[in-house]
Parts: sequence; structure tokens; C-alpha cells
Amino acid sequence: MGGYARYVWSAFGLSFFVLAAILWLTRRNFAQTQKTLMRRMRSMEGTQK
Amino acid sequence: MWDWFYKLASPPHFYRIASALEPWLLWTAIVLLGAGAYGGLVLAPPDYLQGEGFRIIYVHVPSAFLSMFCYVLMAVASAIGLIWRMKLAYSVAAATAPVGAAFTFLALVTGAIWGQPMWGSWWEWDPRLTSELILLFLFLGYIFLRQALQETRQADRASGILAVVGVVNVPIIHYSVEWWTSIHQGPSLAKLDTPSISGDMLWPLLVMIAGYQLLFLAILATGVRTQLLEREKNSRWVNDLLTTGVIGEAAR
Repeated sequence: MGGYARYVWSAFGLSFFVLAAILWLTRRNFAQTQKTLMRRMRSMEGTQK
Repeated sequence: MWDWFYKLASPPHFYRIASALEPWLLWTAIVLLGAGAYGGLVLAPPDYLQGEGFRIIYVHVPSAFLSMFCYVLMAVASAIGLIWRMKLAYSVAAATAPVGAAFTFLALVTGAIWGQPMWGSWWEWDPRLTSELILLFLFLGYIFLRQALQETRQADRASGILAVVGVVNVPIIHYSVEWWTSIHQGPSLAKLDTPSISGDMLWPLLVMIAGYQLLFLAILATGVRTQLLEREKNSRWVNDLLTTGVIGEAAR
């Protein structure tokens, strides 16, 4: 790719990194929300007993 | 058809469909992105004028397209939420905003990386670049406004109004290269009947756009499910889902 290689690889590298990051963050946020709600539900069940 | 629409608008029904579709969307997106990147980096011939540097369009154009698509989706979902007070519509809008901001950021940065070797400058206060930067501020404004307001209903309404008002920027971005003198090149994909791009270069671009679109839908499916869990945490179907792993028949 000659003199353009660093520009092309930077653009592709950054794009795939940001896409992977937003995918990972969204999935992590989902898993954390599930965990928080599970904990909340268990504590509520404990209070009722 | 309306029955189907009303059923889809039901949070437990949407949650179930989104859970089933998400892995298919994600894996198809990964395959398309791999094929598109290979086509764009290896198979497409170099441009007669821009040489190998033109290959940046394979990540720049899909990001720019998705940035505008996300904003329009966010505005339409917000308008539906404001008119019909649908939780699902607000959830879609809220889940779209961070992904849309990421695509807009990528469109701006990959554009700057292309601009340096082609224009000799990372940034120009050109109408297309400036209106795209305003789009990033609109996404960030929407996200920060939601975070600043504690009450969900208030956050939905205020951020929804911002999204609807800000949609005026989308046609400005699209037509900026025609309305004003711009150093940014004119539209190539908007006129597919008379393409200004060779078929060898076009197919990897269309595959990349499809890959970006499906990846966005996969991320959106997870984001909307998170929103629905938080909003419906006191409802029976979320309780069923957390205890048994499935949504109860009554909620479907």
C-alpha cells in the first residue's frame, strides 16, 4: 500500500477496535443489570421470609 | 398487521424476539465485516487518483451512513414515545444513542485520517464535516441529558424533544455537499442507478455497510433488553425471567 499503509491500517484498526469496544460494553452492561436485578430479587425474597 | 405491531410493542414479546435474533445478527455481521474488509483491502483495485488511500472509504462510509441512520431511528423512536408514550420506543431511542455517537466519532476520525494524505489537513471547517460534528454533539447532548435527569419519565421526554428537534441536522449533513461549496466529495452511493464508483470497488462497500447495519442491530438488541429490564424491573415477566430463565406464557 506504499505511503498510504499507515493511514489505511489506522482507519481499519481504530474502526474495528471501537466497534468491538461498544459491543463489549453493551453486553457487559446487560450482564451487570441482570446480576443487579437478581441480587435485588433475592434480597426482597429474604425480607419477605 | 396492526396486531403484529401492537404485539411487537409489548416489552416481554420484544425481549424474547431480540434475545432469539441477537446471536444470528452478530454472527452474520462478523462474517460480512470479514468478507467486506477482505474485499476492500485485498480484492478491490487501487483508485486511479487516490491510489491505495481510497480504501479508507470501506470504514468511513459505513460509519457515516450508520451515524445518520442511528439519529433518524432515535428521533423516530422518540417521536413515537412522545406521542404514544411507549416504553419500548423510549428504550430503542436510549439504546441507539451511544452506538450512534460511536459511529459518528468513527466517521469523523476516519474522515480525518483520509483527509490528511488527500487534502493535506486533518480537519477543515467544511459544511459536511461541521454538520457531522454537530451530530456528535447532538448524540452527546442526548446522552448527558438522560444522565442528568434522575426521573425516567422526565429524562424520556426531555431527551425525546432534543432528538426530534435535532433531526433537522440530518438532511443538512446529506445535502451539504450540494447546497454549499465543499471540499468533501459529492454523493456516490445515493445515485446507485448511475454509479460513480466501479463495481469492483462497490461490492465490498455494500457488504461493509450491511455488516455495520447488522452489527448495530445486534448491539441494539442487547441495549434495548438492558433498558427493558431496568424499566420493567417490578413487573411479573422480569421476575419470571430472572427466576426461571424464561418469560411466562401470560406475558407473551
